[in-house]
Amino acid sequence: MGEYILTVCYLIASVTFILGLKMLSNPVTARKGNLVAATGMTIAILGTIFLYRDETGTNLHNLGWIFGGLFIGGVIGTLAAKKVKMTSMPEMVSLFNGMGGACAALISLVEFNHIANEILLTGISTGYTGKVLIIVLGLIIGSVSFAGSMIAWGKLNGSVKDFSFPGQNILNLLILAVALGAGAYLVINPGHPFLLYVILCLSLIYGIFFVMPIGGADMPVVISLLNSFTGVAAACGGFLYNNKVMLTGGILVGAAGTLLTILMCKAMNRSLLNVLIGSFGGNKTGATGGTTAQGGHYKEISLSDSAMLMSYANKVMIVPGYGLAVAQAQHICHELEKMLNDKGVEVKYAIHPVAGRMPGHMNVLLAEADVNYEKLLEMDDANDEFKTCDVVLILGANDVVNPAAKNDPASPIYGMPILEVELAKNVIVNKRSMKPGYAGIENDLFFRPKTSMLFGDAKKVLQDLVSEIKAI
Amino acid sequence: MENILHWISENQQIIYIVILMIFVGIEIIGRVPSVLHTPLMSGANAIHGVVIIGAIIVMGKAETDNYLALVLGFLAVILGTLNVVGGFVVTDRMLEMFKGKKKTNV
Repeated sequence: MGEYILTVCYLIASVTFILGLKMLSNPVTARKGNLVAATGMTIAILGTIFLYRDETGTNLHNLGWIFGGLFIGGVIGTLAAKKVKMTSMPEMVSLFNGMGGACAALISLVEFNHIANEILLTGISTGYTGKVLIIVLGLIIGSVSFAGSMIAWGKLNGSVKDFSFPGQNILNLLILAVALGAGAYLVINPGHPFLLYVILCLSLIYGIFFVMPIGGADMPVVISLLNSFTGVAAACGGFLYNNKVMLTGGILVGAAGTLLTILMCKAMNRSLLNVLIGSFGGNKTGATGGTTAQGGHYKEISLSDSAMLMSYANKVMIVPGYGLAVAQAQHICHELEKMLNDKGVEVKYAIHPVAGRMPGHMNVLLAEADVNYEKLLEMDDANDEFKTCDVVLILGANDVVNPAAKNDPASPIYGMPILEVELAKNVIVNKRSMKPGYAGIENDLFFRPKTSMLFGDAKKVLQDLVSEIKAI
Repeated sequence: MENILHWISENQQIIYIVILMIFVGIEIIGRVPSVLHTPLMSGANAIHGVVIIGAIIVMGKAETDNYLALVLGFLAVILGTLNVVGGFVVTDRMLEMFKGKKKTNV
Protein backbone atom coordinates (compact mmCIF):
# COMPACT_ATOMS: atom_id res chain seq x y z
CA MET A 1 0.00 0.00 0.00
CA GLY A 2 2.68 2.45 1.10
CA GLU A 3 4.63 2.00 -2.12
CA TYR A 4 1.57 2.76 -4.20
CA ILE A 5 0.95 5.96 -2.26
CA LEU A 6 4.62 6.87 -2.73
CA THR A 7 4.23 6.39 -6.49
CA VAL A 8 1.28 8.80 -6.42
CA CYS A 9 3.33 11.25 -4.33
CA TYR A 10 6.09 11.18 -6.92
CA LEU A 11 3.58 11.59 -9.71
CA ILE A 12 2.08 14.65 -8.05
CA ALA A 13 5.54 16.09 -7.40
CA SER A 14 6.58 15.60 -11.04
CA VAL A 15 3.45 17.37 -12.26
CA THR A 16 3.95 20.26 -9.84
CA PHE A 17 7.53 20.68 -11.09
CA ILE A 18 6.34 21.00 -14.67
CA LEU A 19 3.44 23.28 -13.71
CA GLY A 20 5.67 25.31 -11.43
CA LEU A 21 8.24 25.95 -14.12
CA LYS A 22 5.51 26.80 -16.58
CA MET A 23 3.98 29.32 -14.18
CA LEU A 24 7.40 30.74 -13.36
CA SER A 25 7.81 31.83 -16.95
CA ASN A 26 4.89 34.26 -16.72
CA PRO A 27 5.12 37.37 -14.50
CA VAL A 28 1.53 37.09 -13.26
CA THR A 29 1.69 33.47 -12.08
CA ALA A 30 5.39 33.28 -11.23
CA ARG A 31 5.12 33.50 -7.48
CA LYS A 32 2.35 30.94 -7.29
CA GLY A 33 4.37 28.66 -9.53
CA ASN A 34 7.25 28.73 -7.11
CA LEU A 35 4.89 27.75 -4.28
CA VAL A 36 3.35 24.96 -6.35
CA ALA A 37 6.77 23.45 -7.03
CA ALA A 38 7.76 23.83 -3.37
CA THR A 39 4.61 22.01 -2.28
CA GLY A 40 5.36 19.18 -4.67
CA MET A 41 8.89 18.97 -3.33
CA THR A 42 7.61 18.73 0.25
CA ILE A 43 5.23 15.93 -0.70
CA ALA A 44 8.04 14.03 -2.42
CA ILE A 45 10.42 14.43 0.52
CA LEU A 46 7.92 13.41 3.21
CA GLY A 47 6.66 10.55 1.05
CA THR A 48 10.20 9.24 0.63
CA ILE A 49 10.99 9.41 4.33
CA PHE A 50 7.89 7.55 5.49
CA LEU A 51 6.86 5.34 2.59
CA TYR A 52 10.07 4.32 0.83
CA ARG A 53 10.83 0.57 0.78
CA ASP A 54 14.02 -0.85 -0.68
CA GLU A 55 14.20 -4.06 -2.74
CA THR A 56 13.89 -6.23 0.35
CA GLY A 57 10.89 -4.26 1.58
CA THR A 58 12.55 -2.64 4.59
CA ASN A 59 11.83 0.90 5.70
CA LEU A 60 14.39 3.64 5.76
CA HIS A 61 16.10 3.94 9.12
CA ASN A 62 18.34 6.63 10.65
CA LEU A 63 15.27 8.89 10.67
CA GLY A 64 16.86 10.97 13.42
CA TRP A 65 19.83 11.73 11.20
CA ILE A 66 17.59 12.51 8.25
CA PHE A 67 15.42 14.93 10.20
CA GLY A 68 18.50 16.42 11.80
CA GLY A 69 19.97 17.09 8.38
CA LEU A 70 16.70 18.47 7.05
CA PHE A 71 16.42 20.73 10.08
CA ILE A 72 19.98 22.08 9.90
CA GLY A 73 19.82 22.58 6.13
CA GLY A 74 16.36 24.12 6.37
CA VAL A 75 17.29 26.63 9.05
CA ILE A 76 20.56 27.69 7.42
CA GLY A 77 18.94 27.82 3.97
CA THR A 78 16.02 29.95 5.13
CA LEU A 79 18.18 32.32 7.11
CA ALA A 80 20.70 32.75 4.32
CA ALA A 81 17.98 33.29 1.73
CA LYS A 82 16.07 35.75 3.91
CA LYS A 83 19.10 37.73 4.99
CA VAL A 84 20.74 38.16 1.61
CA LYS A 85 20.59 41.61 0.04
CA MET A 86 18.75 42.02 -3.24
CA THR A 87 22.04 42.86 -4.94
CA SER A 88 23.59 39.56 -3.89
CA MET A 89 20.75 37.34 -5.14
CA PRO A 90 22.67 35.85 -8.09
CA GLU A 91 25.55 34.73 -5.91
CA MET A 92 23.10 33.13 -3.50
CA VAL A 93 21.56 31.16 -6.36
CA SER A 94 25.04 30.07 -7.35
CA LEU A 95 25.81 28.96 -3.81
CA PHE A 96 22.63 26.90 -3.52
CA ASN A 97 23.26 25.40 -6.92
CA GLY A 98 26.71 24.33 -5.73
CA MET A 99 25.13 22.64 -2.71
CA GLY A 100 22.91 20.58 -5.00
CA GLY A 101 25.91 19.56 -7.09
CA ALA A 102 27.84 18.56 -3.99
CA CYS A 103 24.86 16.57 -2.78
CA ALA A 104 24.77 14.61 -6.05
CA ALA A 105 28.53 13.98 -5.84
CA LEU A 106 28.26 12.73 -2.25
CA ILE A 107 25.49 10.32 -3.19
CA SER A 108 27.76 8.91 -5.89
CA LEU A 109 30.61 8.49 -3.38
CA VAL A 110 28.47 6.61 -0.90
CA GLU A 111 26.85 4.39 -3.53
CA PHE A 112 30.20 3.49 -5.02
CA ASN A 113 31.45 2.69 -1.57
CA HIS A 114 28.61 0.16 -1.23
CA ILE A 115 29.59 -1.46 -4.50
CA ALA A 116 33.26 -1.54 -3.55
CA ASN A 117 32.37 -3.27 -0.28
CA GLU A 118 30.25 -5.83 -2.10
CA ILE A 119 33.10 -6.56 -4.48
CA LEU A 120 35.48 -6.98 -1.56
CA LEU A 121 33.07 -9.43 0.08
CA THR A 122 32.16 -11.51 -2.95
CA GLY A 123 35.24 -11.06 -5.09
CA ILE A 124 33.00 -10.76 -8.13
CA SER A 125 33.40 -7.49 -9.97
CA THR A 126 31.06 -8.04 -12.91
CA GLY A 127 27.49 -6.94 -13.35
CA TYR A 128 27.98 -3.42 -12.06
CA THR A 129 28.60 -1.71 -15.40
CA GLY A 130 25.36 0.29 -15.62
CA LYS A 131 25.38 1.32 -11.99
CA VAL A 132 29.02 2.41 -11.98
CA LEU A 133 28.54 4.34 -15.21
CA ILE A 134 25.74 6.37 -13.66
CA ILE A 135 27.64 6.81 -10.41
CA VAL A 136 30.71 8.12 -12.24
CA LEU A 137 28.61 10.45 -14.39
CA GLY A 138 26.78 11.79 -11.34
CA LEU A 139 30.11 12.31 -9.57
CA ILE A 140 31.76 14.16 -12.47
CA ILE A 141 28.79 16.40 -13.28
CA GLY A 142 27.97 17.03 -9.64
CA SER A 143 31.48 18.02 -8.63
CA VAL A 144 32.08 20.18 -11.73
CA SER A 145 28.85 21.96 -10.87
CA PHE A 146 29.87 22.33 -7.25
CA ALA A 147 33.38 23.67 -7.91
CA GLY A 148 32.19 25.90 -10.74
CA SER A 149 29.37 27.35 -8.67
CA MET A 150 31.70 28.13 -5.81
CA ILE A 151 34.02 30.03 -8.15
CA ALA A 152 31.05 31.84 -9.72
CA TRP A 153 29.87 32.72 -6.23
CA GLY A 154 33.33 34.05 -5.34
CA LYS A 155 33.52 36.06 -8.53
CA LEU A 156 30.17 37.71 -7.98
CA ASN A 157 31.00 38.78 -4.45
CA GLY A 158 34.41 39.92 -5.59
CA SER A 159 36.61 37.50 -3.66
CA VAL A 160 37.78 35.62 -6.76
CA LYS A 161 39.41 37.52 -9.60
CA ASP A 162 39.44 36.60 -13.26
CA PHE A 163 42.37 34.33 -13.93
CA SER A 164 43.58 32.70 -17.09
CA PHE A 165 46.84 31.59 -18.65
CA PRO A 166 47.82 30.64 -22.18
CA GLY A 167 46.66 27.20 -23.18
CA GLN A 168 44.15 27.02 -20.36
CA ASN A 169 41.38 25.79 -22.63
CA ILE A 170 43.57 22.95 -23.84
CA LEU A 171 44.63 22.02 -20.30
CA ASN A 172 40.96 22.09 -19.30
CA LEU A 173 39.99 19.69 -22.03
CA LEU A 174 42.93 17.48 -21.07
CA ILE A 175 41.80 17.34 -17.44
CA LEU A 176 38.26 16.52 -18.49
CA ALA A 177 39.54 13.83 -20.88
CA VAL A 178 41.63 12.20 -18.14
CA ALA A 179 38.67 12.29 -15.74
CA LEU A 180 36.39 10.71 -18.36
CA GLY A 181 39.08 8.16 -19.23
CA ALA A 182 39.52 7.19 -15.60
CA GLY A 183 35.74 6.98 -15.34
CA ALA A 184 35.54 4.67 -18.33
CA TYR A 185 38.26 2.46 -16.85
CA LEU A 186 36.39 2.31 -13.57
CA VAL A 187 33.17 1.35 -15.32
CA ILE A 188 34.93 -1.65 -16.87
CA ASN A 189 36.99 -2.51 -13.76
CA PRO A 190 34.96 -1.38 -10.76
CA GLY A 191 37.46 -2.93 -8.32
CA HIS A 192 39.58 0.22 -7.94
CA PRO A 193 37.87 2.50 -5.42
CA PHE A 194 40.81 4.95 -5.24
CA LEU A 195 40.20 5.86 -8.90
CA LEU A 196 36.91 7.36 -7.84
CA TYR A 197 38.73 9.88 -5.69
CA VAL A 198 41.08 10.68 -8.56
CA ILE A 199 38.01 11.40 -10.70
CA LEU A 200 36.55 13.51 -7.90
CA CYS A 201 39.69 15.65 -7.67
CA LEU A 202 40.03 16.05 -11.44
CA SER A 203 36.38 17.06 -11.75
CA LEU A 204 36.74 19.63 -9.00
CA ILE A 205 39.83 21.09 -10.69
CA TYR A 206 38.04 21.09 -14.02
CA GLY A 207 35.09 22.94 -12.50
CA ILE A 208 37.41 25.60 -11.09
CA PHE A 209 39.37 26.08 -14.32
CA PHE A 210 36.18 26.05 -16.35
CA VAL A 211 34.74 29.11 -14.63
CA MET A 212 37.98 30.92 -13.72
CA PRO A 213 38.68 32.69 -17.03
CA ILE A 214 35.07 33.71 -17.71
CA GLY A 215 34.39 37.38 -16.98
CA GLY A 216 32.26 38.34 -14.01
CA ALA A 217 29.66 39.98 -16.22
CA ASP A 218 28.93 36.59 -17.76
CA MET A 219 28.40 34.82 -14.45
CA PRO A 220 24.58 34.67 -14.74
CA VAL A 221 24.99 32.69 -17.95
CA VAL A 222 27.53 30.39 -16.31
CA ILE A 223 25.34 29.89 -13.25
CA SER A 224 22.41 29.03 -15.49
CA LEU A 225 24.57 26.49 -17.30
CA LEU A 226 25.86 24.94 -14.07
CA ASN A 227 22.26 24.91 -12.89
CA SER A 228 21.33 22.64 -15.77
CA PHE A 229 24.41 20.51 -15.00
CA THR A 230 23.14 19.94 -11.48
CA GLY A 231 19.79 19.01 -12.98
CA VAL A 232 21.47 16.27 -14.99
CA ALA A 233 23.42 15.14 -11.91
CA ALA A 234 20.11 14.82 -10.03
CA ALA A 235 18.72 12.82 -12.92
CA CYS A 236 21.69 10.43 -12.57
CA GLY A 237 20.42 9.77 -9.06
CA GLY A 238 17.04 9.07 -10.60
CA PHE A 239 18.62 6.42 -12.84
CA LEU A 240 20.49 4.93 -9.92
CA TYR A 241 17.45 4.44 -7.70
CA ASN A 242 15.00 4.06 -10.56
CA ASN A 243 13.31 7.04 -8.95
CA LYS A 244 10.95 8.77 -11.35
CA VAL A 245 10.61 12.07 -9.53
CA MET A 246 14.37 12.64 -9.41
CA LEU A 247 14.53 11.70 -13.06
CA THR A 248 11.73 14.04 -14.19
CA GLY A 249 12.85 16.91 -11.96
CA GLY A 250 16.48 16.56 -12.98
CA ILE A 251 15.96 16.21 -16.72
CA LEU A 252 13.35 18.96 -16.70
CA VAL A 253 15.79 21.38 -15.12
CA GLY A 254 18.60 20.11 -17.32
CA ALA A 255 16.61 20.85 -20.48
CA ALA A 256 14.96 24.06 -19.32
CA GLY A 257 18.25 25.28 -17.85
CA THR A 258 20.11 24.69 -21.10
CA LEU A 259 17.48 26.59 -23.07
CA LEU A 260 17.45 29.38 -20.50
CA THR A 261 21.23 29.64 -20.82
CA ILE A 262 20.88 30.02 -24.58
CA LEU A 263 18.08 32.60 -24.14
CA MET A 264 20.29 34.60 -21.79
CA CYS A 265 23.09 34.56 -24.34
CA LYS A 266 20.63 35.68 -26.99
CA ALA A 267 19.57 38.64 -24.85
CA MET A 268 23.20 39.73 -25.11
CA ASN A 269 23.34 38.79 -28.76
CA ARG A 270 26.19 36.35 -28.22
CA SER A 271 26.62 32.63 -28.59
CA LEU A 272 27.16 30.30 -25.66
CA LEU A 273 30.52 29.21 -27.07
CA ASN A 274 31.55 32.85 -27.24
CA VAL A 275 30.72 33.23 -23.55
CA LEU A 276 32.54 30.08 -22.49
CA ILE A 277 35.78 30.41 -24.41
CA GLY A 278 35.30 33.98 -25.57
CA SER A 279 37.23 36.87 -24.17
CA PHE A 280 34.46 39.03 -22.76
CA GLY A 281 36.08 40.54 -19.72
CA GLY A 282 38.42 37.69 -18.94
CA ASN A 283 41.01 37.83 -21.66
CA LYS A 284 42.04 41.41 -22.23
CA THR A 285 43.94 40.82 -25.47
CA GLY A 286 40.74 40.43 -27.44
CA ALA A 287 39.30 43.53 -25.86
CA THR A 288 41.93 46.07 -26.78
CA GLY A 289 41.14 45.84 -30.49
CA GLY A 290 38.10 48.05 -30.26
CA THR A 291 39.47 51.03 -28.40
CA THR A 292 39.47 54.13 -30.53
CA ALA A 293 39.26 56.89 -28.02
CA GLN A 294 41.64 55.72 -25.34
CA GLY A 295 43.21 58.77 -23.76
CA GLY A 296 40.72 61.11 -25.42
CA HIS A 297 39.23 64.10 -23.69
CA TYR A 298 36.13 64.00 -21.60
CA LYS A 299 34.46 66.87 -19.84
CA GLU A 300 33.24 66.96 -16.29
CA ILE A 301 30.09 68.59 -15.07
CA SER A 302 29.52 70.02 -11.61
CA LEU A 303 26.70 68.94 -9.30
CA SER A 304 24.94 72.28 -9.46
CA ASP A 305 25.08 72.36 -13.25
CA SER A 306 23.63 68.87 -13.42
CA ALA A 307 20.90 69.81 -10.99
CA MET A 308 20.10 72.89 -13.04
CA LEU A 309 20.07 70.97 -16.29
CA MET A 310 17.64 68.38 -14.97
CA SER A 311 15.35 70.79 -13.12
CA TYR A 312 14.69 72.75 -16.27
CA ALA A 313 14.36 69.77 -18.58
CA ASN A 314 11.05 68.58 -19.93
CA LYS A 315 11.96 64.96 -19.86
CA VAL A 316 14.73 63.05 -18.09
CA MET A 317 15.56 59.42 -18.74
CA ILE A 318 17.49 57.54 -16.08
CA VAL A 319 19.64 54.61 -17.20
CA PRO A 320 20.47 52.48 -14.15
CA GLY A 321 23.33 49.98 -14.11
CA TYR A 322 25.34 47.89 -11.71
CA GLY A 323 26.82 51.01 -10.12
CA LEU A 324 23.37 51.86 -8.80
CA ALA A 325 23.00 48.40 -7.31
CA VAL A 326 26.43 48.43 -5.69
CA ALA A 327 25.83 51.84 -4.14
CA GLN A 328 22.36 50.73 -2.97
CA ALA A 329 21.14 54.01 -4.39
CA GLN A 330 17.69 52.88 -5.56
CA HIS A 331 15.77 54.70 -2.83
CA ILE A 332 17.52 58.02 -3.27
CA CYS A 333 17.11 57.57 -7.01
CA HIS A 334 13.36 57.30 -6.50
CA GLU A 335 13.49 60.43 -4.38
CA LEU A 336 15.25 62.32 -7.17
CA GLU A 337 12.57 61.12 -9.56
CA LYS A 338 9.77 62.37 -7.27
CA MET A 339 11.49 65.68 -6.76
CA LEU A 340 11.87 66.24 -10.49
CA ASN A 341 8.26 65.20 -10.98
CA ASP A 342 7.17 67.87 -8.53
CA LYS A 343 9.00 70.39 -10.66
CA GLY A 344 7.03 69.21 -13.66
CA VAL A 345 9.79 67.16 -15.23
CA GLU A 346 8.79 63.86 -16.76
CA VAL A 347 11.11 61.10 -15.50
CA LYS A 348 11.40 57.60 -16.90
CA TYR A 349 13.81 54.72 -16.58
CA ALA A 350 15.43 52.89 -19.48
CA ILE A 351 16.10 49.27 -18.56
CA HIS A 352 18.54 47.28 -20.63
CA PRO A 353 17.81 43.54 -20.43
CA VAL A 354 21.28 42.73 -19.14
CA ALA A 355 21.94 45.84 -17.07
CA GLY A 356 23.39 44.85 -13.72
CA ARG A 357 24.57 41.39 -12.88
CA MET A 358 21.47 39.44 -13.84
CA PRO A 359 18.56 39.85 -16.20
CA GLY A 360 15.82 41.75 -14.44
CA HIS A 361 18.27 43.02 -11.81
CA MET A 362 17.28 46.66 -12.30
CA ASN A 363 13.55 45.92 -12.31
CA VAL A 364 13.85 44.14 -8.99
CA LEU A 365 16.02 46.85 -7.51
CA LEU A 366 13.78 49.74 -8.55
CA ALA A 367 10.65 47.86 -7.52
CA GLU A 368 12.21 47.57 -4.07
CA ALA A 369 12.33 51.38 -3.96
CA ASP A 370 8.64 51.57 -5.01
CA VAL A 371 9.34 53.01 -8.42
CA ASN A 372 6.18 52.80 -10.51
CA TYR A 373 6.27 49.86 -12.88
CA GLU A 374 4.98 52.00 -15.74
CA LYS A 375 7.98 54.27 -15.54
CA LEU A 376 10.33 51.40 -16.44
CA LEU A 377 10.81 51.23 -20.18
CA GLU A 378 12.20 48.20 -21.94
CA MET A 379 15.04 48.74 -24.35
CA ASP A 380 13.07 49.13 -27.57
CA ASP A 381 10.56 51.56 -26.06
CA ALA A 382 13.33 53.53 -24.45
CA ASN A 383 15.22 53.79 -27.71
CA ASP A 384 12.12 55.30 -29.29
CA GLU A 385 11.89 57.91 -26.57
CA PHE A 386 15.49 59.04 -26.24
CA LYS A 387 15.16 61.60 -28.99
CA THR A 388 12.48 63.43 -27.01
CA CYS A 389 14.62 63.51 -23.86
CA ASP A 390 16.50 66.58 -22.74
CA VAL A 391 18.74 64.79 -20.30
CA VAL A 392 19.81 61.18 -19.95
CA LEU A 393 21.28 60.38 -16.54
CA ILE A 394 23.39 57.24 -16.61
CA LEU A 395 23.87 55.77 -13.15
CA GLY A 396 26.70 53.27 -13.09
CA ALA A 397 25.85 51.66 -16.41
CA ASN A 398 28.58 51.27 -18.97
CA ASP A 399 28.66 48.42 -21.45
CA VAL A 400 24.92 48.62 -22.15
CA VAL A 401 25.33 52.16 -23.50
CA ASN A 402 28.63 51.62 -25.31
CA PRO A 403 28.28 52.74 -28.94
CA ALA A 404 31.10 50.35 -29.88
CA ALA A 405 28.48 47.58 -29.82
CA LYS A 406 26.86 49.28 -32.78
CA ASN A 407 29.68 50.67 -34.86
CA ASP A 408 32.92 48.86 -34.03
CA PRO A 409 33.06 45.33 -35.48
CA ALA A 410 36.36 44.73 -33.67
CA SER A 411 34.78 45.22 -30.26
CA PRO A 412 33.99 42.07 -28.26
CA ILE A 413 30.50 43.38 -27.56
CA TYR A 414 29.83 44.21 -31.21
CA GLY A 415 26.27 43.24 -32.11
CA MET A 416 24.84 43.53 -28.62
CA PRO A 417 21.77 45.77 -28.69
CA ILE A 418 22.37 48.91 -26.63
CA LEU A 419 20.44 51.85 -25.25
CA GLU A 420 20.95 54.65 -27.74
CA VAL A 421 21.35 57.44 -25.23
CA GLU A 422 23.09 59.69 -27.75
CA LEU A 423 19.75 60.50 -29.34
CA ALA A 424 19.00 62.71 -26.33
CA LYS A 425 20.14 66.30 -26.10
CA ASN A 426 22.44 65.85 -23.09
CA VAL A 427 24.01 62.83 -21.50
CA ILE A 428 25.25 62.92 -17.92
CA VAL A 429 27.28 59.89 -16.90
CA ASN A 430 27.70 59.10 -13.24
CA LYS A 431 30.63 56.75 -12.64
CA ARG A 432 33.12 56.30 -9.86
CA SER A 433 36.09 56.82 -12.16
CA MET A 434 37.14 56.58 -15.80
CA LYS A 435 37.88 52.88 -15.37
CA PRO A 436 36.24 50.68 -18.01
CA GLY A 437 33.16 48.66 -17.11
CA TYR A 438 32.88 45.00 -16.32
CA ALA A 439 33.59 43.89 -19.85
CA GLY A 440 36.94 45.68 -19.59
CA ILE A 441 36.46 47.77 -22.70
CA GLU A 442 36.78 51.47 -23.20
CA ASN A 443 33.54 53.38 -23.77
CA ASP A 444 33.59 55.88 -26.58
CA LEU A 445 30.42 57.51 -25.29
CA PHE A 446 32.31 59.26 -22.49
CA PHE A 447 34.38 61.23 -24.99
CA ARG A 448 31.48 62.40 -27.13
CA PRO A 449 30.65 66.14 -27.18
CA LYS A 450 27.15 65.62 -25.76
CA THR A 451 28.45 63.67 -22.79
CA SER A 452 29.49 65.11 -19.43
CA MET A 453 30.94 63.09 -16.60
CA LEU A 454 29.76 63.35 -13.01
CA PHE A 455 32.19 61.35 -10.91
CA GLY A 456 31.41 59.80 -7.57
CA ASP A 457 29.55 57.03 -5.79
CA ALA A 458 25.98 56.84 -7.14
CA LYS A 459 24.34 57.20 -3.72
CA LYS A 460 26.47 60.15 -2.67
CA VAL A 461 26.02 61.92 -5.99
CA LEU A 462 22.26 61.41 -5.98
CA GLN A 463 21.97 62.68 -2.41
CA ASP A 464 23.90 65.80 -3.36
CA LEU A 465 21.82 66.22 -6.50
CA VAL A 466 18.62 66.01 -4.47
CA SER A 467 19.77 68.72 -2.08
CA GLU A 468 20.97 70.88 -4.97
CA ILE A 469 17.60 70.57 -6.70
CA LYS A 470 15.85 71.38 -3.42
CA ALA A 471 17.87 74.58 -3.24
CA ILE A 472 16.88 75.71 -6.72
CA MET B 1 24.60 -4.51 -30.83
CA GLU B 2 22.21 -6.96 -29.20
CA ASN B 3 23.40 -5.78 -25.81
CA ILE B 4 22.44 -2.24 -26.63
CA LEU B 5 19.03 -3.22 -27.98
CA HIS B 6 18.45 -5.31 -24.90
CA TRP B 7 19.43 -2.41 -22.67
CA ILE B 8 17.08 -0.09 -24.53
CA SER B 9 14.07 -2.34 -24.22
CA GLU B 10 14.88 -3.04 -20.59
CA ASN B 11 15.02 0.66 -19.73
CA GLN B 12 12.45 1.93 -22.18
CA GLN B 13 10.33 3.57 -19.47
CA ILE B 14 13.24 5.67 -18.33
CA ILE B 15 14.25 6.53 -21.87
CA TYR B 16 10.71 7.66 -22.63
CA ILE B 17 10.70 9.87 -19.54
CA VAL B 18 14.05 11.42 -20.45
CA ILE B 19 13.04 12.23 -24.03
CA LEU B 20 9.63 13.60 -23.09
CA MET B 21 11.02 15.66 -20.24
CA ILE B 22 13.63 17.24 -22.50
CA PHE B 23 10.86 18.43 -24.80
CA VAL B 24 8.64 19.53 -21.93
CA GLY B 25 11.52 21.44 -20.37
CA ILE B 26 12.29 23.26 -23.60
CA GLU B 27 8.65 23.85 -24.45
CA ILE B 28 7.43 25.36 -21.18
CA ILE B 29 10.01 28.10 -20.87
CA GLY B 30 10.32 28.93 -24.54
CA ARG B 31 8.56 32.27 -24.26
CA VAL B 32 9.88 33.64 -21.01
CA PRO B 33 10.45 37.43 -20.91
CA SER B 34 14.02 38.41 -20.06
CA VAL B 35 12.89 40.06 -16.82
CA LEU B 36 12.02 36.62 -15.49
CA HIS B 37 15.26 34.89 -16.51
CA THR B 38 16.80 35.14 -13.08
CA PRO B 39 13.76 34.08 -11.02
CA LEU B 40 13.22 31.22 -13.44
CA MET B 41 16.83 30.14 -13.09
CA SER B 42 16.47 30.33 -9.35
CA GLY B 43 13.22 28.34 -9.42
CA ALA B 44 14.77 25.66 -11.60
CA ASN B 45 17.70 25.66 -9.19
CA ALA B 46 15.32 24.82 -6.35
CA ILE B 47 13.65 22.08 -8.37
CA HIS B 48 16.87 20.21 -9.05
CA GLY B 49 17.17 20.11 -5.29
CA VAL B 50 15.04 16.99 -5.77
CA VAL B 51 18.45 15.31 -5.51
CA ILE B 52 17.67 15.46 -1.78
CA ILE B 53 15.49 12.37 -2.30
CA GLY B 54 18.61 10.44 -3.25
CA ALA B 55 20.40 11.77 -0.18
CA ILE B 56 17.51 10.67 2.04
CA ILE B 57 17.57 7.19 0.51
CA VAL B 58 21.35 6.95 0.99
CA MET B 59 21.00 8.05 4.57
CA GLY B 60 18.06 5.81 5.31
CA LYS B 61 19.75 2.74 3.91
CA ALA B 62 23.11 3.25 5.61
CA GLU B 63 23.95 0.60 8.20
CA THR B 64 24.43 2.11 11.62
CA ASP B 65 28.08 1.02 11.72
CA ASN B 66 29.02 2.35 8.29
CA TYR B 67 30.37 5.68 9.43
CA LEU B 68 31.56 6.82 5.99
CA ALA B 69 28.07 6.39 4.55
CA LEU B 70 26.49 7.98 7.61
CA VAL B 71 28.69 11.05 7.59
CA LEU B 72 28.61 11.57 3.82
CA GLY B 73 24.88 10.85 3.71
CA PHE B 74 24.22 13.29 6.54
CA LEU B 75 26.24 15.96 4.75
CA ALA B 76 24.36 15.21 1.54
CA VAL B 77 21.00 15.64 3.30
CA ILE B 78 22.10 19.01 4.71
CA LEU B 79 23.42 20.25 1.38
CA GLY B 80 20.37 18.99 -0.50
CA THR B 81 18.04 20.72 1.96
CA LEU B 82 20.03 23.93 1.60
CA ASN B 83 19.51 23.69 -2.14
CA VAL B 84 15.77 23.06 -1.87
CA VAL B 85 14.84 25.43 0.95
CA GLY B 86 17.27 28.19 0.03
CA GLY B 87 16.32 27.92 -3.61
CA PHE B 88 12.59 28.26 -3.06
CA VAL B 89 12.93 31.05 -0.49
CA VAL B 90 15.30 33.09 -2.66
CA THR B 91 13.00 32.68 -5.65
CA ASP B 92 10.04 33.77 -3.57
CA ARG B 93 11.89 36.85 -2.39
CA MET B 94 12.79 37.80 -5.94
CA LEU B 95 9.20 37.39 -7.08
CA GLU B 96 7.87 39.29 -4.10
CA MET B 97 9.39 42.36 -5.72
CA PHE B 98 7.47 41.74 -8.90
CA LYS B 99 4.24 41.38 -6.98
CA GLY B 100 4.78 44.71 -5.24
CA LYS B 101 5.29 46.22 -8.64
CA LYS B 102 1.99 44.86 -9.88
CA LYS B 103 0.19 46.35 -6.90
CA THR B 104 1.36 49.88 -7.58
CA ASN B 105 0.36 49.30 -11.16
CA VAL B 106 -3.28 48.61 -10.39
